[in-house]
Amino acid sequence: MALTFAALCLPFLAALAAPALTRLLGHRAAWPLALVPLAVFLHFLGFGAEIARGEVVTGGYAWVPAYNLSFSWFLDGLSLTFLLLISGIGALVVLYAGGYLRGHPQQGRFFAFLLLFMGAMLGLVAADSFLMLFVYWELTSIASFLLIGFDHGREAARRAALQALVVTGGGGLFLLAGLLILWNVTGLTQFSLLLSFGEEVRASPFYLAMLFLVLGGAFTKSAQFPFHVWLPNAMEAPTPVSAYLHSATMVKAGVYLLMRLSPVMGGTPAWETILPACGGLTLVVGAVLAIRETDLKRMLAQTTVASLGLLVLLTGFGSERAAAAAALYLVAHALFKGALFMLAGILDHETGTRDLTRLGGLAAAMPVTFAATLAAAASMAGLPPFLGFLGKEEVYAALAGGSPRAVVFTAAALAGNGLMVAVALALALKPFLGPRVETPRRPHEAPLLLSLGPALLALAGLAAGLFSGAFHAMLTSPLASAIAGRPETVTAAPVPHAGLPLALSAATLALGLIVYRLLGRARGAADRLVEDIGWGPDRGFDQAMRGLVRVSTAVTRAIQPGRLEVYMTATFAVLALALLVPPAVYGEWPALPLWPAGVPLHELAVMALAVAGVGAVLSARTRLAAILALGIQGFCVAVIFLLFGAPDLAFTQFMVETLSVVILALAMTRLRLEPRDHRPLREALPDAAIAVACGLGVALYLLRIVQGRFDTALTDFFNLYSRTVAHGANVVNVIIVDFRGTDTLGEITVVMVAGLAILSLIRIRKGRGT
Amino acid sequence: MSTLILRTVAPFLTALMLLFSVFVLLRGHNEPGGGFIGGLIAASAFAVHGIANGVAAVRRALRFHPMAVSAFGLVLACLAGLLSVVFAVPFMTGLWIEPTVLGVTVPLSSVMLFDTGVYLVVVGAITSVALALEERDGD
Repeated sequence: MALTFAALCLPFLAALAAPALTRLLGHRAAWPLALVPLAVFLHFLGFGAEIARGEVVTGGYAWVPAYNLSFSWFLDGLSLTFLLLISGIGALVVLYAGGYLRGHPQQGRFFAFLLLFMGAMLGLVAADSFLMLFVYWELTSIASFLLIGFDHGREAARRAALQALVVTGGGGLFLLAGLLILWNVTGLTQFSLLLSFGEEVRASPFYLAMLFLVLGGAFTKSAQFPFHVWLPNAMEAPTPVSAYLHSATMVKAGVYLLMRLSPVMGGTPAWETILPACGGLTLVVGAVLAIRETDLKRMLAQTTVASLGLLVLLTGFGSERAAAAAALYLVAHALFKGALFMLAGILDHETGTRDLTRLGGLAAAMPVTFAATLAAAASMAGLPPFLGFLGKEEVYAALAGGSPRAVVFTAAALAGNGLMVAVALALALKPFLGPRVETPRRPHEAPLLLSLGPALLALAGLAAGLFSGAFHAMLTSPLASAIAGRPETVTAAPVPHAGLPLALSAATLALGLIVYRLLGRARGAADRLVEDIGWGPDRGFDQAMRGLVRVSTAVTRAIQPGRLEVYMTATFAVLALALLVPPAVYGEWPALPLWPAGVPLHELAVMALAVAGVGAVLSARTRLAAILALGIQGFCVAVIFLLFGAPDLAFTQFMVETLSVVILALAMTRLRLEPRDHRPLREALPDAAIAVACGLGVALYLLRIVQGRFDTALTDFFNLYSRTVAHGANVVNVIIVDFRGTDTLGEITVVMVAGLAILSLIRIRKGRGT
Repeated sequence: MSTLILRTVAPFLTALMLLFSVFVLLRGHNEPGGGFIGGLIAASAFAVHGIANGVAAVRRALRFHPMAVSAFGLVLACLAGLLSVVFAVPFMTGLWIEPTVLGVTVPLSSVMLFDTGVYLVVVGAITSVALALEERDGD
């Protein structure tokens, strides 16, 4: 258990160490840093046999037991697959980043962000408790923000980072709300327990609310239409980020969540309508947009959107083999898309451009890159014996059927997959075959650090296809079982066998080939289509942000005019209302107090002095005199406290009065105010009214309290325990520093922060003066 | 305001007030007093010194920036709360030891440490505001 905990913490520690290590070793720091995800990978691989037998592993530590919160993990086929993908691809991406950003002055920081993200992502998929999932969910959004905005000198990168944060972070809040409802409905905070309470969740009257909120989180994270815009824009990030976050891991977090909840919330008409509809739409939109692009990375990003759509479609489709199809396609996609992104980065890095129309004839100069691209693209196009072929067969086996619904979604999958085949062909053939095109840099083969990752991923896609029996037993069958919520066995094999799925596969290939042959014309058609529509979610995002800024500016202007007078008037007017309205509404005015008999002379004298002090404030000629007169009044109140047995209060009041007179006088001289304050009556009267109302309110309130029955429970408690428990005779002080010490800690923090604020305000004025 | 008498007396007055403020701080647990009041007294001591002999003299005498004193106080108060971690009791639990020094029992506690933190926060924050206000633009 301690080892799993260590594995979940290790990336964060590595993130802390990365900058120093990079200063020490330069880009070669990638090798030791890659050991971290490798260690995590091996640790979780050790659970493989157990999970393959259909068992689950749980563990963790209590966090806030009173609220049933824990730091706990839950490993089944689903989380294990994700953990292995994240750590395995993570190790390769760290190496790749070592080569890609070689010599970059901020490489250490980049490693740190990357490892931070990795830790967040591992925690997200391992999390058993809802709160832990949410915390890690938002942490991935923040890490992604940092990574997309890594090149923060460019405006496009900053905008893309902000867009990703707003969309995915905002979606995270929906998720939180959804999880809270789930918690309230079931009383559970852990997924491992939730899995057997599906009936209760689906029957709950809040089911639809939960579903929409959870989908709000999942669809934004997994870039479903119309939230897909942030994903292509996130291509502003350096390529290792795109390969890691925006193909294999982070964007799959939404899919992960849907798969995790599918045994609990799935199977209802709402689930089986919304998910396939949104997923199908996203699939087609993403594929069409991909054809339109010429930038390698943006093309890949759009196909990622399409693939995520396909995964959501499969997760919600609910047919017999849908879970198996989703499982296979998930792994296949992670492998080939990660590889293709890295290969696109290599082309960009070694030739100086990633524009498809400006690349050609590179096969001779970059044979290794060409071979790896061919293998990865073959998997993407779904050619046997690659894993992608198995995935596609299973997808068609899951979707195809006689009902109108099956026909519609099969057609959508066919169209989307066909376009993706065309993109795969374009990626694999266009840059490498045909006549040599001049590129900004002289092309040459990539160094080992760069080519290792994509080559291994492409090979993994091939190996998984060839040894599908072992692969299914180890990974996809447990994964499909976890998605379906019942034991499943995946059987797809790389040997083609006649049947409807094979025919559909062939049709997909044919469609892809046709589109590839007519790529220029298809691109033009897609371009025209998008331009004819004219408005897209990307522009909508800008408009929404502008509107938000405008509204908040207006609100701020309205409530923060920057004039002290307005603030003071508002504060005291509200205070007066708060004191006077409730007794008026509930008719709880105090009874008129009786004049007590036998008041000693000295008490009368103090009271008279206080009243005289107020009179002096009102009649003072200069401001300084008024401040001093206010001091008289304050001292009299302190004496009254003293007379009525509150020495601590009196003591403090004396000091506060002294210091406020000093500080007020100092502030006044600094502000260089006129010594006298002449105001016309019509300005002074409203202020006087508010002052009188406040004073009256406080007085009536105190009278009412004194006339009520006095509850001595607290007094008794403190008198009883302050000496025995807290070893102190001064109850006031014991309360401040012991019984309610945490309050005091907050208060002194406020004192310090207020002091800092005042200090900086004074400095600003001084700066302006000189 | 800075007459000869005030200038001469101010350092002694400040020293006396500071001594008194520490006295008030320490007696606070059993009799009227405590960190907050003690801090206010010490802050006024520095204010008096500043009025009489100028801000520069106070800053020299203090050695540290008053805001740093305040921050140190906050750290001290937090540490006093965190001490409880070592003894596996909830945050801010009062802990007491009563060692005997030269035959006299001296009760020491995390609560007293906390109160000292309060004292320093108040002294630092108020002194820095007062000094900043006293400072003429020429200083």
